[in-house]
Amino acid sequence: MAEVKELVNELVDKYGRERKSLLPILQGIHLERNYLSKEAMLEVAKQLDLSAAEIYGTASFYSFLDTKADGKYKIRVCKSITCEMKGKSDIIKTLEDMLKIKVGETTEGKRFSLLETNCLGLCDQGPAMLINEEYYTKLTAAKVRKILGEYIRNKY
Amino acid sequence: MAELVKLNIDGIDVQIEKGQSILDAAKKVNIRIPTLCHHEDLCVAGNCRVCVVEQEGRNTLTPSCATPAEEGMVIKTSTPKVRRARKDLMALLVSEHNTQCTTCYRSTNCELQDLAAEYNVDNNIYLSVLKEDLEIDKSSWSIEKDDSKCIRCQRCVRTCAELQHVNALAVTERGRDMKISTFMHLPMNEIVCTNCGQCITHCPTGALTERRYYDEIWEAIDDPEKHVVINTAPSVRVALGEMLGFPVGTRVTGKMVTALKKMGFDSVLDTDFSADLTIIEEANELLQRLKDALVHKKDVALPMITSCSPGWVKFIEHMYPEHLAHLSSCKSPQQMFGALTKTYYAEKKGIDPSKIISVAGMPCAAKKYEANRPEMRDSGYHDVDAGLTTREIGHMIKQSGINFLELEDSNFDSIMGESSGAGVIFGATGGVMEAALRTAYFVITGRPVPFDNLNITPVRGLKGIKETSVKFENCLPEYSFLEGVEAKFAIAHGLINARQIMDQIVAGESPYHFIEIMACPGGCIGGGGQPIPTNDEIRKKRIKAIYDEDMNKPIRMSHENPEIIKIYEDFLQKPLGEKSHHLLHTKYRKRKRY
Repeated sequence: MAEVKELVNELVDKYGRERKSLLPILQGIHLERNYLSKEAMLEVAKQLDLSAAEIYGTASFYSFLDTKADGKYKIRVCKSITCEMKGKSDIIKTLEDMLKIKVGETTEGKRFSLLETNCLGLCDQGPAMLINEEYYTKLTAAKVRKILGEYIRNKY
Repeated sequence: MAELVKLNIDGIDVQIEKGQSILDAAKKVNIRIPTLCHHEDLCVAGNCRVCVVEQEGRNTLTPSCATPAEEGMVIKTSTPKVRRARKDLMALLVSEHNTQCTTCYRSTNCELQDLAAEYNVDNNIYLSVLKEDLEIDKSSWSIEKDDSKCIRCQRCVRTCAELQHVNALAVTERGRDMKISTFMHLPMNEIVCTNCGQCITHCPTGALTERRYYDEIWEAIDDPEKHVVINTAPSVRVALGEMLGFPVGTRVTGKMVTALKKMGFDSVLDTDFSADLTIIEEANELLQRLKDALVHKKDVALPMITSCSPGWVKFIEHMYPEHLAHLSSCKSPQQMFGALTKTYYAEKKGIDPSKIISVAGMPCAAKKYEANRPEMRDSGYHDVDAGLTTREIGHMIKQSGINFLELEDSNFDSIMGESSGAGVIFGATGGVMEAALRTAYFVITGRPVPFDNLNITPVRGLKGIKETSVKFENCLPEYSFLEGVEAKFAIAHGLINARQIMDQIVAGESPYHFIEIMACPGGCIGGGGQPIPTNDEIRKKRIKAIYDEDMNKPIRMSHENPEIIKIYEDFLQKPLGEKSHHLLHTKYRKRKRY
C-alpha cells in the first residue's frame, strides 16, 4: 500500500493534479504495476480529489488499462470478425489448454493473464495477438505453442 | 439585452436568445419535441437522439436539444423521416430494456413507456438483447438500482455530478458492455453516496427507485396488536396531490389526513410539530454557542449548520469529516418525532411502546437510511420503524381504492399534531432559517422579527446560495452580549452549493454565524422522494403552496405552538435539558471521502 502511494505521489508530481492529468497517471501506474489495483485507483482519487467512480469510469473505458487482470504477461487475442474467421477460437483454446485458465483469468503466481481485445489493426495478418507490447501474427495452434513455450522457458 | 436569432419551426417564426437550443425555441411556441436524456436541471447530453428534427439544407437529422438555434434556420419537427427515426430509436431502446412494465414500480410514470406507446413500438422489429443475469442492487436502505431498466441516458450521472457534486455514479466500460455503475461495481451501500435520491427523481425509467417499505406497513396496519402511527412532513402535503389528480402546487393537507385515517393508521400526526421542536432546540443551541464564543471566549464551532437534511448530514460526514463540530447536534424532525412517539406519546396515551410502529411520510430517500442508523434507538426501540416517500404514500392511497379527489378534509390527530407556520416552511429552502430567526429574534429581544408580517423574504427563493443579516438591538438583559451584533446567515440547497459553503469554512473565511443546508435543490419540496417529474417550474409551485400554508396558520412562530409549550412543561422540562439531550440530540461519524 505504501508503495502504491509513493508511485502515485511521483506521478502526481510529474503530471500535476488537474483532471487532465488522470490518464497519464493511470498509464504510469499501469506501466509499473501491470494493472490498476483498487488501492491505486483510490489513491489517485484522493490525490486528484475526484470521486473513485470517476477514476474507475475512465480506467474501465480503455481496453489497455486493466483493472482486474494482473498477470505479468498479458496475452490479448484479437476478437474482431476477421481474426474470428481466420481461426481465433483455436488460438484461444490452445492458450487456455496450455495456461490452464479461461479468458479473463490469470495463472497462479500472476504470470499470465488471458484476454480478448478489440481490433489490433492486423486484419490482413490474422489471427493476431499481443503479449504485452509484442505482437504476433498469422497464428496457428503450433505457432502459439512455440511462442508461449518460449515465454514459459525464457521469460520467467 | 442578449442577441436574438430568428428561425422558423413548423411554419412558425420564433425569436429566441442566441445560445438557446432548437428545443428551447420549439417550447417557446408550444411545439413539443419528445426527449429522454434531456432534463431541464442538467447539462445537454445529446445521447438518446429521440429529439431529432429535420433542418432545411442538411441531409442528416439534427438533435434539437444539442443544437443552438441559428438565424434563418428552417426546422421541421414532425416529418415522415423524423417519425421513422424516432420510432426506430424507440424500438432499439426497447430491445435493450426489461419490458416487464406490468411489474415495474414506475409503470404509468415512465418516460420510456410513454414514448414507446406514443410511437407505437408494437412489433418486435429488433430481437430483445436484454442482458441476462442482471441483478437488482438492493443493498442500500434508500436506493434500488435495476440495470435491466437502464437506458444509459446518464441523467443520474449528471445529476450526481452537477447538482450534488458527489459523483457516486459513473459511466463504466464501453460499447455493448457500457453501464452506469459505481466504483468497481461495488454495491450501493458500500460507496460514497448521500442517499439523497436525486438520481431517482431524474431517472426517466424504473432503473433507479427508492427501496419500498409499504408492504410491511400494510401488514402492521392489519395487525390488531400493533398501534401504527404516521407523521407526515410539510413537503408531502404540497406534492402528494400531483400523484392523485390535482394540479401541481395544490395543498392537500386535509385530504391526506383523511386518506391516511381511512387506510387504517391508528394515529395521523404532523412532523411539523417536531419541526417546531427542532427550532426551539436549535435556536437555543445557536444562542448557547454564541454565548460560549462571545462571553466565555470558548473555542466553539461557528458557524453552526442545520442538521435536518439526512442527505446533507451524510455528505458532510463523507466529504468534511474533520468539520462535523459545525453541525447542530439536533436530530432531524423525523428522528425527534420517532424518539418521542415511543416515549412521550406512548406514556400520554398509555400504550406499550413495543407495540407501536412509527412511520414517517417523507419527501426524501435519505430519510430511510437515517431511520436505520444504528444510533437512532434512543427511545429504547427502533425510533422510526419505516420511512415512506411521498410516492409510496401516493401508491398506498391508490391501492386502498380511496377517491382522493372527492375526499373531505380532516385535522391531524393529537397529541403531536399541532404545528405553527414556522414548522410548515421547513419544506422550502430557507424555511428552517426563517423559522429559526422568527423564534431566535423573539427570544433575544422579546419582539417579533422586524420583517413585514414575519416574512423573511431574503431567505426565500431558488438562488443556490442566499444570505441575510439581522442586527440585534434592545436585547433582553439575558442576551445583552448580543446588543448591536449583526449576525450573518446563509442558506444553501443542492450539495454542489453546500460544498462552496464548506470550502469557505475549511479555508477559515466563512463570515456567517448560522447556515441552513438542504441536500436537494429547492429544499425538501424538491426531495428525492417527491413525485416525478420535478423541475424548477414545479419546485416554485410547491414552494408557493408551502408559504400559503404558513400564511393560513393562526400561529406562525414555533415557540407559540401550545403543544410545544406543553411538552416542555410535562416532559422535556427545558430546551437543551437532560431529556432533550438524550432523545432529541445526536452525534455524527467520520466517513471515507473516496
